[in-house]
Amino acid sequence: MAKEYIDGATAIARGALAAGCDFFAGYPITPATPILLHMLNELPKVGGVGIEAEDEISAIGMCIGAAMTGVRPMTATSGPGISLYSENIGLAIMGETPLVIVDVMRMGPATGGATTPAQGDVQFVRWGTSGGYPVIALAPSSVAECYTLTQRAFDLAERYRTPVFILVDKEMNYAMATVDIDEYVDAPVGQRPLVPQSLPEPAVVDGVRVNAATGQPDPRLRPEETYLPYDFNPVDAVQPTSPFGGPHITRFTTSSHDEHGFLTKDAEKVKRLNDHLRLKILNHRQEMEFGISDLQPEADTLFISYGTTARAMREAVDRSREAGQPVSGLTLHTLWPVPENLILDAVAGHRRIIVAELNHGQYIREIERLVYRDAAQKRILPPEIIGLDRADGELITPEQFLGMVNG
Amino acid sequence: MAVAPIQIEKPRSTYKNERPFPFCPGCGHTLILNHLDKALTKLQIDPAKTVIVSDIGCVGLSDQYFTTNAFHGLHGRSITYATGIKLANPDLNVIVFIGDGGTGIGGTHLINAARRNVGLTVLVFNNFNFGMTGGEHSVTTPHGAITATTRHGNPEWPLDICATVGVNGAGYVYRGTSFDKDLPDRMTEAIEYDGFALLDIWELCTAYFVPNNDFGRKEMLGLVDTLGLETGLLHHRQVTDYAHRMRELAADMAGKPTLPLKPIETAYPNNVTRKFHLVLAGSAGAKVRSAAKLVGYAGVMSDLWVTQRDDYPTTVKTGHSISEIILSPEEIRYTGVAKPDALVLISVDGLKKAGRHLANMTEDDILFTIPQFADAPTKARKVILDPKKAGIRVTRTNLALLLTAAALRELNLFPIDAVEEAVQRFQTRFADQNLPVIAASANLL
Repeated sequence: MAKEYIDGATAIARGALAAGCDFFAGYPITPATPILLHMLNELPKVGGVGIEAEDEISAIGMCIGAAMTGVRPMTATSGPGISLYSENIGLAIMGETPLVIVDVMRMGPATGGATTPAQGDVQFVRWGTSGGYPVIALAPSSVAECYTLTQRAFDLAERYRTPVFILVDKEMNYAMATVDIDEYVDAPVGQRPLVPQSLPEPAVVDGVRVNAATGQPDPRLRPEETYLPYDFNPVDAVQPTSPFGGPHITRFTTSSHDEHGFLTKDAEKVKRLNDHLRLKILNHRQEMEFGISDLQPEADTLFISYGTTARAMREAVDRSREAGQPVSGLTLHTLWPVPENLILDAVAGHRRIIVAELNHGQYIREIERLVYRDAAQKRILPPEIIGLDRADGELITPEQFLGMVNG
Repeated sequence: MAVAPIQIEKPRSTYKNERPFPFCPGCGHTLILNHLDKALTKLQIDPAKTVIVSDIGCVGLSDQYFTTNAFHGLHGRSITYATGIKLANPDLNVIVFIGDGGTGIGGTHLINAARRNVGLTVLVFNNFNFGMTGGEHSVTTPHGAITATTRHGNPEWPLDICATVGVNGAGYVYRGTSFDKDLPDRMTEAIEYDGFALLDIWELCTAYFVPNNDFGRKEMLGLVDTLGLETGLLHHRQVTDYAHRMRELAADMAGKPTLPLKPIETAYPNNVTRKFHLVLAGSAGAKVRSAAKLVGYAGVMSDLWVTQRDDYPTTVKTGHSISEIILSPEEIRYTGVAKPDALVLISVDGLKKAGRHLANMTEDDILFTIPQFADAPTKARKVILDPKKAGIRVTRTNLALLLTAAALRELNLFPIDAVEEAVQRFQTRFADQNLPVIAASANLL
């Protein structure tokens, strides 16, 4: 068996390159900087562009602008940088921009501990921009998963035309680990839907021009338009787009817009846009439920964790079973949208749910919401849900998990 | 079904669409945008190869009235989107519409785009106040002027936009007014210009600045003189735009393999039967992490699973440097170390930081250290290594490797040959320095 000895940052950069990433803009920040360095070194080799921007706002701004030319951008930062990304995350949602954002979490608040692992940005990335619209967030829990889930992030960003977060932490990004190279699994990476390059033939039917995206005559087309960039039909379907520099004129706007990309306050059109931004993610949540369910039918207790903390959890699960004590473990790879089926399927049959995370209890809110709602609907008693939290800069240890197997 | 072919395009007589501009009567925006339409028409520019990037404010409405591609983004950030577009596709014509408000909030982007000479055409619609939000003062409001936020007169002095970008390297810089007859020609030049081009175009906000200050065309022209500013073409330098320059500089990288796999085949046996925790505690800048990495590579070559987590201050070259290494016959999940089986204590910085580890260690564990720390507070068995016996010159930067190599010889987790091969394979540049150190470590035992 051939192995490698590398860190998560290298695996993320490799995953990005394997996914066709050809644009990176970032600003140095511990503990995300190794990704910036890799991407700036590597992108010229594949004809891509990497730039150290003047600040985080410009880093994400450059990525969003570049994405509109058809490239696959990525940026990487830490919590303080996500704060500066916030307004532009909203723009990326509104503009339906494929964009991968790596958040290498460090302990907060504010500057916090630059070299201290933490998982305190879990709710922040979900609710970190105005309006409350959904994003996608994935959390690898091993170096090999950093490689695979980065590819998945690009796949989802492209196919759903939306910002996708990769949540790791200082530990995952920096710690050296041994990887069996067979564990580098490539995920399929799709492409944003595109309007055909050539105009349809016939171009006009019964005096009405033909929409290049649908192939159908469409009287709504304006003189300069060959397709309607924001015609959400059906409302949860991802709309084909065309890159700047391609044959079709495309409008992109931060403001509420109609099917042409013109500013509008027409309530019906605004509702359709806002429904689209929500439903194109939420109606497809089942297609992005990733995780590892390691369940034992006789176990009373289910551990749920993600990222670095899931590493300690998986060790604790192994040790508990070796000691003859059954226990189940659920490693979440998808955090947003909440993988409801994955979680409820794992929870079923357990009396105690331990949700472990390196913060003061953030994702447990989602577990509680889901499990209590499910129990209420089924008119059954819900399991006990307990948080295993830590926010002192140290990792949650396997011993902490083991101490909770029996309550 | 009546079917018609695609029509052949005629020369364009305008790049505006049929919708009328929405601006107040007398607003300078209408004049400037009509000048731009003339410039685009003169150039017969391909609208599909052209992107208008608009900032926020009344000017942010403007992109909707042209038949080109359009990008309407956040306040002050138009330059960042435009830079991304231009870097990703240098063949596009990228024209930025920004007001004096956006220039203020996005000042750093403006300066950096000028400094880099990103090939943008930036049109500053400079009407000395925020028109959209009610006539508040901006970075270009003249001293003493009345605005919604300077009711007693503006106590600040205006930003000289042209001087700011000019002194920072912008290739093409022009200052004028919306009334200038030669504006279409200057815009044509600016669009065709290779580097960063900025036109600071002064204009009237008839909703706010004009009535608040009794400010008309004559007063605006007079303001140029009052402020002692030059107008017209201020800079026209020969530059290469940033997108092309960065590609040229990295051209020889093309086609090289990206982050290739570095598979490590098993070449050595090991004596590790359970997880073994080895901690190196020394000073930042003294090659502690580098020594730890060698242990890792050697361990993997010896069919072990290895993890390494490092702790050091952000200053990198001062203070402590602690590397926690786990060597295991099985895959390692948790990378933390609760109690070291062995600790190599290298310096005072390391001693200060390793207190918890030293306290947790028992008689079954081993502390490797130099005579200076013979009294280190721990129950662990101590192996004192005297660098004076090494027979080589021991320095701040080779002590960590010297002691670690000696510890590895004593611990016999895997052959020391594995460490030597790791140096040759993974730290090739330092092989000449490091191999003699590993050899000399035998003299310490």
